[in-house]
Amino acid sequence: MKSNIPWLIAAVTGCTMIVAWFVPVAKDWRDEAGTWYEILAAIAFVLGGANLFTQHLQKISARRAGWGYSAVTLVAFVGTLVVGLLKVGVIPDDPNYPWSGYHQEEGSALWWLFYYVYNPLTAAMFALLAFYVASAAFRAFRVKNAEATLLLSTAFIVLLGRTYAGAWLTSPVPDEYSALTFPGLTAIILGVFNTAGQRAIMIGIALGVAATSLKVLLGVDRSYLGSD
Amino acid sequence: MKRETIVWTILFIAGGLFLSYRAAFSPHGMGKVYVKAEQVNPNSQTDLRTKYIGARPGEKGAVLSIPRSVGLWLAALFTLAIFSFLYRDNVFFKIAESVMVGVSAGWAMVTAGFWDTLVPKLLAKLAPDMTRAWALPKLEKTSHADPLYLVPLVLGIMLLWRLAPRGGWIARWPLAFIVGTFAGIKLTMYLDADFVSQIRSTIVPLVVVLQSGQLDVWASIRNVGLVFGVLSCLTYFFFSVEHRGIAGKIARIGIWYLMITFGASFAFTVMGRIALLASRITFLFDDWLWLMDPNHKRPWEPFFSG
Amino acid sequence: MLDFLKNLDRRWIFLAMLLAVAIPVVMQKTFPEKPTKLVQDAFDAIENLPDESNVLFSFDYEPSTEGELAPMAKALIRHCCLKRHKMFFMTLWPGGLPLIEQNIEDIISKEYEEEHFARGKDYLNLGYNAGREVAIIVMGTNFKRMFPTDNDKIPLDDPTLPMAHDIDRLDDMDLIVDISAGYPGMKEWVQYAASPYGIKLVIASTAVQAPQAYPYYPNQLTGVLAAIKGAAEYEAALGEKYPKYRDPAFNDAIRRMAPQLWAHLLIIGLILLGNGIYFAERIKGTRR
Repeated sequence: MKSNIPWLIAAVTGCTMIVAWFVPVAKDWRDEAGTWYEILAAIAFVLGGANLFTQHLQKISARRAGWGYSAVTLVAFVGTLVVGLLKVGVIPDDPNYPWSGYHQEEGSALWWLFYYVYNPLTAAMFALLAFYVASAAFRAFRVKNAEATLLLSTAFIVLLGRTYAGAWLTSPVPDEYSALTFPGLTAIILGVFNTAGQRAIMIGIALGVAATSLKVLLGVDRSYLGSD
Repeated sequence: MKRETIVWTILFIAGGLFLSYRAAFSPHGMGKVYVKAEQVNPNSQTDLRTKYIGARPGEKGAVLSIPRSVGLWLAALFTLAIFSFLYRDNVFFKIAESVMVGVSAGWAMVTAGFWDTLVPKLLAKLAPDMTRAWALPKLEKTSHADPLYLVPLVLGIMLLWRLAPRGGWIARWPLAFIVGTFAGIKLTMYLDADFVSQIRSTIVPLVVVLQSGQLDVWASIRNVGLVFGVLSCLTYFFFSVEHRGIAGKIARIGIWYLMITFGASFAFTVMGRIALLASRITFLFDDWLWLMDPNHKRPWEPFFSG
Repeated sequence: MLDFLKNLDRRWIFLAMLLAVAIPVVMQKTFPEKPTKLVQDAFDAIENLPDESNVLFSFDYEPSTEGELAPMAKALIRHCCLKRHKMFFMTLWPGGLPLIEQNIEDIISKEYEEEHFARGKDYLNLGYNAGREVAIIVMGTNFKRMFPTDNDKIPLDDPTLPMAHDIDRLDDMDLIVDISAGYPGMKEWVQYAASPYGIKLVIASTAVQAPQAYPYYPNQLTGVLAAIKGAAEYEAALGEKYPKYRDPAFNDAIRRMAPQLWAHLLIIGLILLGNGIYFAERIKGTRR
């Protein structure tokens, strides 16, 4: 019961999606399911936020190591929720409807949080990766065999070919032999070798996805339901 | 004093002195954001409310905005706090990281969850009159309550039950709906776009003849390379047959193709990361320190004019 | 010396990377760019569309990847403004919505102030949809089911939004431009829009997923802007056709290619140095 009904729901929904691909009449059912999916996806954000709240609250109440930072997280979370849900600083579109303004209007508190807190923090966090790539290049990339040599040689050609350095270094090469310049070699690597490799990977993944989807729809794989 | 403490102290003092000098003694200062007032409804004669939008320094009507300037300094200090992790894990980085987690979760919940989806797509369907009176006055007056939307509401409540200490299995039904939806659409779409279409794209002429009747050697070599590459990589992935003899040799060539593919991917990954760093450094030097101005946002010559 | 290099504190490498990027950023030197075929095809896709065609922009990224994708977004919007295409903006990422508004404000409202582009007639912000690829599928046959209103909650059938009246399906769009940082994004638009309906699709992608776009080109993708290099090439193509855009103020991506160059050289140097140390140690080891 606990796993049969969810499996039936998954199977019926999935089959509706597949049938709608072939039978135009079923498209309305698919569109309805799509709208429900959109709402559930939004509720999943609420679930994620609530889960974050409970996890950090537990850490604070248990006074586990680093609980102070959990307090900072919760203050930031609750603060964002409050200013966002209450539309703090938002000018209503219609003065007769105080809640009618756009919640992320320029100048509002939520807008301020997005531009001056969320935006720079996430961008800086991702920018850190450039440094780690450099460190990894020095410490880890070793030419230990023919395959590694091939990988790194290709990387060198593409790294040079995608900048002006590559074009400048091979600028004396005549136009008839432009394929031998760094940009030319890069185009060949991407257009032939990379395309072939990526295509083969894609075909393999497509077969794997089809097999996994069939297993889910036929009830062979019920791991997404969790344990009893 | 430990060496690291000395390094941090020097960095802080030097940084603080530099910032104080830039802010106080340079001709135009630094790290300021300007705004100008604009009527909320420019076409209305009765609604005279104003809002503030971003403006350039020196623009007509531009005034200094304290909240936005404080925000800019906070953004810059957060950026430096994140970068400080490169030297050593420290309390500033941990605070910045905690703030990021909290704000991003709260922001996603408010925007993607509540105002952008649940209010206009669920509440407006279940109780259009109440939603119109409360938050969406522009909602169509002819909208009627649609009881079918009780289904996603119930499924959503069941999904939230996952947080409850008991009865977490109730969340399986909406999860099954989500997984079933994905399984159904991915089965057809992956087979269409990533299987059939890719095979079709690989069926290319191995001997390319131009309209003039001449053989295009270069295009022919490219096509042969492409087709052979796809087949050799697929041979490598076919693990049901032992990679010996001819199959082994072809699989080996497939590995070489894959190594070239991964080498290109590595180069692109490096490229992507560096672009993000360049963008952050531009923010610090341009928007915060006002040492450069490549987009001519300010009416005076910057320190680094390029 | 070998021991020093072998045990080199990685913070010196971080400093080298910082200088390799920061110095070219402040020097603001630029290098000439020449569009490759994939970028030229993307450019031609917008250039050759009849004026006032319907172009759907999907801003599938957020601030973490703005450094790579923002220059592409700006160049593509500028091109569509020049051709007076009707621009529909949407996003499948929650963080994409403020970026749409920022671009509308900075480019359409401010840069093209004299053209008086009107919301609802020349451009429209449809907003965010949480449905991911399911949203694309439903939009394929019933566009207004996923976007019944614009971002200001005005119904698409409202008389103030004439450009949306005839949009019933995804293939009512003459071109889709997806600015993509990951999932949902490039693959989903190819799989659920371009492939089944044959709609022209241009992808502006981050570097990490750009190699995965090549198998789709040219049968499923019309053109690809791959990484900041793609953005720089597009800006060069735009400046080549429209001289106004040769002004460095409009060429953020071209300016960012200088730090790319030096950082790439640093990476190559570090790999060579690391391998030099490795081989030197091996030789030292065999000699003992």
